[in-house]
Order: sequence, then C-alpha cells, then structure tokens
Amino acid sequence: MKAAHQPIQRPPGARLLMVGEQGDLQPMTRSSLARNFSAGDLLVANDAATLPASLHGIHEASGEAIEIRLAGRPSLAPSDIHQFTAVAFGAGDYRVQTEDRPVPPTLGPGDLLRFGDLLRKNLPQRRRGQGELQARVIRQLEHPRLIEIDFLGHPDFVWSEMARQGRPIQYAHLRQPLQLWNVWTRIAGRPVAFEPPSAGFLLDWKLLSELQVRGVGFATLTLAAGLSSTGEAELDARLPFDEAYHLPKATVRAIQRTRQRGGRVIALGTTVVRALEDAADSSGNLRPGNGVATHRIGPHRELQIVDALISGTHEPGESHYELLRAFTTEEVLHHMSSALEIKGYRSHEFGDSIWVEKWVGKVEKNETPGRAGENSTNRQQTAPQQTTLRRPPRPRQNGRIRDAVAARLRLVTEGFVPGLSSPR
Amino acid sequence: MPKSAADSLQGLRVAITGGTSGLGLALVEQLRERGAAVAFVARDTHKVQAIAGKLDGTHGFTGDVSRKEEIHPIALGINAALGGLDVLINNASSLGPVPLALLADTECEDLETALDTNLLGPFRLTKALLGSLTASAREGRSAVVINITSDAAATPYPTWGAYGVSKAALSHLSRIWQEELQEHGVRVEAIDPGDMDTPLHHLAVLDADPAELKRPQDSAREIITWIENARKSQEVTS
Repeated sequence: MKAAHQPIQRPPGARLLMVGEQGDLQPMTRSSLARNFSAGDLLVANDAATLPASLHGIHEASGEAIEIRLAGRPSLAPSDIHQFTAVAFGAGDYRVQTEDRPVPPTLGPGDLLRFGDLLRKNLPQRRRGQGELQARVIRQLEHPRLIEIDFLGHPDFVWSEMARQGRPIQYAHLRQPLQLWNVWTRIAGRPVAFEPPSAGFLLDWKLLSELQVRGVGFATLTLAAGLSSTGEAELDARLPFDEAYHLPKATVRAIQRTRQRGGRVIALGTTVVRALEDAADSSGNLRPGNGVATHRIGPHRELQIVDALISGTHEPGESHYELLRAFTTEEVLHHMSSALEIKGYRSHEFGDSIWVEKWVGKVEKNETPGRAGENSTNRQQTAPQQTTLRRPPRPRQNGRIRDAVAARLRLVTEGFVPGLSSPR
Repeated sequence: MPKSAADSLQGLRVAITGGTSGLGLALVEQLRERGAAVAFVARDTHKVQAIAGKLDGTHGFTGDVSRKEEIHPIALGINAALGGLDVLINNASSLGPVPLALLADTECEDLETALDTNLLGPFRLTKALLGSLTASAREGRSAVVINITSDAAATPYPTWGAYGVSKAALSHLSRIWQEELQEHGVRVEAIDPGDMDTPLHHLAVLDADPAELKRPQDSAREIITWIENARKSQEVTS
C-alpha cells in the first residue's frame, strides 16, 4: 500500500473496506460509515490526546545531540509526570527513516538530558522567564536505545515545557512537521498518548450526531497509545509496549446495556480493543478504573467484549495486523490485504480505514448467522476460538423504524432540524 | 456531596483564561475557596507563577489565547493538570485600540487583535477542550462553557466598536454552540458580568469613578452561583 503523506484527518475521498462477519468484502467511502451501524450498537473510542512526545536536546555528559521519544508511563495520574520509558536516537530527526537513525551516545544512570533549542540562548520564551526542561536517566532497559528517565521540576512546569518544546512523533512518510492540531482527534481529552489513536481521525461531531439519531451509543476510554515503530527490529518485536489506560464506569455500563440488548460493541481503534479485552475477566465481566494493558492480542486470544473493529489499514508483520487475527481468519485477512493493495488503499495514520467484524463463519442456506460460526469446519486452523459469550443474534430493524430513522437522519444532515435535544 | 457552601464545588475541574487580574483572578480565588480544582491561563509568566505560588493547589499556565499556536499547549496543560475538565471560562479579553477609537479610525490590525482574543481564542480553546468536556458529560458530571461577554455586545456604544463587534460575535457563537452541543451534554452560556472596577475598564475609561463600578468579586460570586445552579440541574438530568 501507498502511505498517506498529508496530515489530513478527514479527507473527502477517504475509503473504508468493510470485512463482514462471514469474511465478505465491501468497499465504501468513509463518509457513509454511519450506515454500517444498527440501532443498539455501541461505538467505543479512545479519547486520549497525543503528547508532543518527541523531545530534542543534548546529552550533557557527551555534548551530543539526542532525540527522546516518550514511550510509556506507569499510570495516567496527572501528577505522575516524572517517570517515563523512552526510546533514544542520536542526531537527526523524523526526515530520516527511523531504522537509519544513529544510536544515541551511551546513556548511563544519572546522566542529565537537556531539552530545547539550546544553541539559541535568546529564545522568546526564555526572556519570558521560562525554564529549561531537563531529565535524568534512571537506567537502560535491556537495549541501548530503551531507557527510563525522570523529568525534573514541578508537574505543571514539566507539562508546560513539554507542550512548548516537544513535537508530535512522526515518521519520514509525512513530509511536513506535524503540529498538535494535526494529531488530536475531535474528542481528544487527557494528553496521555505517545502516538495518536489515529482510527479516531474519522470521527467528527456530525458523525456522532448521526449515530445518536440512529440509536447508536457512544462511549470512550483513555489509553496511552504507544509507539508504532522504533527502528530496531529487536524492539519492534516487543511492540506494543505496556500501555496505561482508564476505563470509565459510564463506559462499562454502556457496554453492559448494549450486550443485554443484543447490540454490538464496535471498537474505534486497536487501542480500544486492547483496553477492553485487558479489563475483561474470563467471563467477560469488565473492571472499570485504571489498568495497564500488558497482553498482546492475536490469533490465540479469545475476544470477550469487542464484536467489530474500525481501524486504519494494516499490513502483515505489523503488531496491529496481528491483532486483526483475533477477529477473523487468515484466509479472510489475505483477501482483505489483496483488496487493499490492488485497489490502492492508502496506509499509515492518515490513510484509509477498515471495518472488521468478528468471524462467525459462512452462512449456509436456512442457517442463522449467529449459529454458523459454531461450525468449526468453516474456520481456519489459526482463527480464534469463539465458544463463549457469543453476542445474541442481532435484532433486525423493522421497515418502519428503519425508514423513520432514515427520514430523521436526512433532515438532520440537511440541516432542517437539530439532533436529539435531550442532554445525556 | 458537599457538606457546606465552603466546599460546594468540591471535585469540579475549572479552567479560566485571563486569570491573573480583574474578574479572572476573583474567579480563581473564589472557585478555589469552594473546593474546585482550578487551572488558569495568562500571558505574563511572572504573574502566573506569583498567583499559582500564592494560591496553593491552583495550576497556572502561561499562554496567549489570541495566538493559534499556543491553544493546544494551553489545552494540554489544563487537561493534564486537572485530569479532565468540567467548566471552561473564556474570560481573557482585549479592548482592541487603546485609547478607544471610532470604528472608522480603528486600524484593521486592532480589530484583528480584538477578534483574535475575544472570538477566535475562545472558539479555538473550546474546540480543543471539547473532548474533555463531553467526556465529563458522559460520566454524568457538569460540562459547561462560560463566555464572558459585555453589554457592548448588544448596545452599539460609539468608540467601543472593535470590542463590541467581537463580543457580539462571541455571544452569538455561544447561542449556536448551545444549540449544537446540548445533545452531547455540554451547556454553553454567554454571561455579561457588568461594568467592573478592573484594569481593562480603566484602560477604556480613564476617568471612571471606581465607586460607580461593580467589584469583580461580586461578579465572580454571581457567576459561581450560576455554575452551582447549572451543576445541580445537570446532575438531576443525568
């Protein structure tokens, strides 16, 4: 696939490839996304805002230039701003392919890292009395690039200077330097993500209004989405790193209601899948509150909560692609990848999208979709085993309700009436 | 639940722009006294640091809401320090030309300055913080945006053109957003605090008699009462 190289979150011609619960492929435009939902479904999104997690500076002991890409944090607590895991690079920036970046100077415990444009002493912000962001290396984490650091100063100072001096992490396929507004989704809230939860780029307030009119619920969680690449095969093999998250009680309640009513839980982004499946116990009960997602989701992980995923396009070998293998079979994913390639879908964070439903198997004549998946002969050997907690068969909308929803939606989208007026 | 008026806003997360003088400072002080978690923004780092140091527990951030490139760093600081947001008070204001000028004598750049601070700043900051505000609403908390406006938004006072135009636009922006955001649980209100004894008013009317002006502390108290009522009403609804 060709990488999307412009940071446009909602391009008019963006495409979406739908992979149905029987593996059927259906190309569509992303602007018609709302039609895929049924009344009673619930869309869950990651509302993390993206940190300016790329910090350039100097390693005090050697005097050499470094770039630090923040990659992990023990918790999402506002005051817990000091300790981070980070990936370190030598001189250079995002315009050089990550795998071609030089290694950083040797970083030892106690070493001081100073951030900011240290060659220009008369910075305007310096004249306004602002300080210099600094951190000390705590230790190396089993790889010369992977370190644990401790920022110095009051939390408000650290937040403030990180916001001023940091830049969003980006890669060589994007030519222009990214700004925070390029990487914050419409629903961005607490700044905890290290890279954007980019599936959320397709959301806007109009889509949320349309979903509400259709009777589709919307809920959020916050997960500190981590790095997608480090440039080192050894580290990339360990992705995704552990990711802290917060699952609100209101979201757990919304999921419970959805399941009781036979609706689908649709995750907007792989980070949502990771948080929800991490917070679920073996019976599918969700634990609200704070957690750290440590497990990888792949073909051997039984999905307890999520019925479908909306995500960016992913290619074999990526950790996100591995997660898709929890949803459907190798054969279906192979067909999907071929279609994405042949039809020229765009990849990476500003690219096109996929909608992948949890595999239920081929439907034979006179057989309901809910039962078909229990026929294991229809599954590839590597497909996930889904024997428990299957969502009850989805109630189909009758014609009158569907027509009423469609009529209401037309009026809203054409601007004749406001959306539902009752505040939640 | 709060036990007394002193902690009636316990747990409420509030951000205020223009928080180092006049009405903004009075709001920071009184909201803190009532138990709210408060973040404030202003342009002067020394004033921000002095007030954050004096009012223990508040979070001060340096920033200029009229500058597009400073909006997201401001929003980041607010969201990070408070762990989310329930109430945003867009209070920072610019008069435009000082001394005040007839509209025909107003330089385009002065009108732009007033619009950048009084209209585009609140628009951009509200957009950047809408994710947190709607998250607050989904969790059954208050979610409110208060835009501080003026009677100059409704009355065409000569020489108050740049300010009056920008505040009129801010008032209408508030009404449209109130219609559009209520389905997401966010309430948007434009509030005129009255003519107050503040540095901004003295810049506009050099010979104003302070005795004839409202104390910013009194206006702050009225706004906080409005927030308390909005909070009760939203809690009942949710």
